[in-house]
Amino acid sequence: MIKDITIGQFFPGKSVIHRLDPRIKLLLTVMYIVMLFIAKSFSGLGVGIVFMLISFLLSGIPIKMMLKSIKPIVPIIIFTGILNLFFISSGDVLFEWKFIKITSGGVTTMVFMAVRIILLICGTSLLTYTTSPITLTDAIERILSPLKVIKFPAHEIAMMMTIALRFIPTLIEETDKIMSAQKARGADLETGSLIKRAKALIPILIPLFVSAFRRAEELALAMECRCYHGGEGRTRLKQLKTAPRDYVAVAIGALFIAAVILLNRFSPI
Amino acid sequence: MGIIRTEDLTYVYGEGTPFRKVAIDKINIDIDEGEIVGVIGHTGSGKSTLMQHLNGLLKPTSGKVYIDGEELFADKSRLKDIRFKVGLVFQYPEYQLFEETVYKDIAFGPKNMGLGEDEIDRRVRETARLVGLGEELLEKSPFELSGGQKRRVAIAGVMAMEPKVLILDEPTAGLDPRGRDRILGLIKEYHAEKGTTVLLVSHSMEDVAKTVSKILVLSDAKVFMYSDRSSVFARADELTSMGLTVPQVTRVFDRLRAMGIEFDDEVFSVDYAKDLVLKLLEEKRRH
Repeated sequence: MIKDITIGQFFPGKSVIHRLDPRIKLLLTVMYIVMLFIAKSFSGLGVGIVFMLISFLLSGIPIKMMLKSIKPIVPIIIFTGILNLFFISSGDVLFEWKFIKITSGGVTTMVFMAVRIILLICGTSLLTYTTSPITLTDAIERILSPLKVIKFPAHEIAMMMTIALRFIPTLIEETDKIMSAQKARGADLETGSLIKRAKALIPILIPLFVSAFRRAEELALAMECRCYHGGEGRTRLKQLKTAPRDYVAVAIGALFIAAVILLNRFSPI
Repeated sequence: MGIIRTEDLTYVYGEGTPFRKVAIDKINIDIDEGEIVGVIGHTGSGKSTLMQHLNGLLKPTSGKVYIDGEELFADKSRLKDIRFKVGLVFQYPEYQLFEETVYKDIAFGPKNMGLGEDEIDRRVRETARLVGLGEELLEKSPFELSGGQKRRVAIAGVMAMEPKVLILDEPTAGLDPRGRDRILGLIKEYHAEKGTTVLLVSHSMEDVAKTVSKILVLSDAKVFMYSDRSSVFARADELTSMGLTVPQVTRVFDRLRAMGIEFDDEVFSVDYAKDLVLKLLEEKRRH
């Protein structure tokens, strides 16, 4: 059923990770990504793994949820894995048959890339699992707000993101309804050639667009009726405040990055 | 055996999650061909869920549905054909319009049935006339029409498939009184002309009372009763406790009867009530 698609995958909780300031969490995620990309060796990646594990254990997110977030990217991991395995020809030759040649360099790169991709996904999933979409857009607004000096519409962009997130479930429900209605009129969505199936989407997409525009217009009108006028002079219900634990978290993140840099310098593997 | 029959039909939403909800629970109904039935029940009583089972949009969790003697989901390849036998008009059907012209939109269903050009043309024109859409509207874009007209186009789109059973889910929701009367009138006319079995889902007793001959009352996912109008309204107290109301006129005449004035017990519409009162006054004057 189409309703089962989850996009905002927030998993409510009260762990330290949940309570971290969302801005700090965004910053830490960026630091974590940097960590993974500057790591040149397995020991560097190991630091990333440790960082990931600590955050994961602190967050109290069930392991099942994390595995679920990796599932959709398994094809990508396999695809890049195969590419690396067959097309990298450095190191010793491990296996050779006709034009296929597998080398130790290929195997190492394959494993290295796979681990890196999995770690990337786990880290970003952990961010969305522990931060509700609304707080996240709030944080983005605050992080981008210094750019207002150069006329960057930070508040407007954050507002647009919030509205988009808010309407995803509504539109999914609407799609479901329109699909049922057209199916009841004999629309065939499941069989036929690719072109035929693409054409069959028209009776669903047009009403969906029409209703999305209608909703947008109604929402804009309702916002104007309540004198909404953008970000200037606006106060918030939930103020973002940094606590000592946030600085501790950033410090830990910085230490891990330093560790990766040092390992890159001195550790051969 | 009726044209629609269900056997212990049950549907559960979100099985195995914390949001598990029994939408309909062991529903057994048997509706005869040619009947015009009102389906009432307050929000969340399972009306819409039940209706979506009758043309195979939802698959029952347990139990069976028979349409015209044939079991749904017994043979998946037959599902599409059965769907053409049961026309389902959803709530706010005007939001499903998509074609460039009214004509093409009404023709969408018949076209999916694989009918020939001439047959499609005949059906489109006939249903357009039946729902009171003038020839001049047929070449217009459906998005240019008024709300009430749009809804009639959408209903015509299902009627043009000439189903054996026509189900309408809240066809009058959000319309003004005139638009409402118009829709109900055209449903009655369609029923009289084609002899199709009609199921009219509504939470408005007034609408239902004016239009149908039998009423199916759903309450808390179960069938509360299925009977003709007067015997349903005779249980006014129970209906009220379920959050449903008896039409106002019926209530007024119930009171009058309780006060000792002789009336027949089938007063469901204001027009009929007016005639009764006038007749009574006439008699009084003669005495």
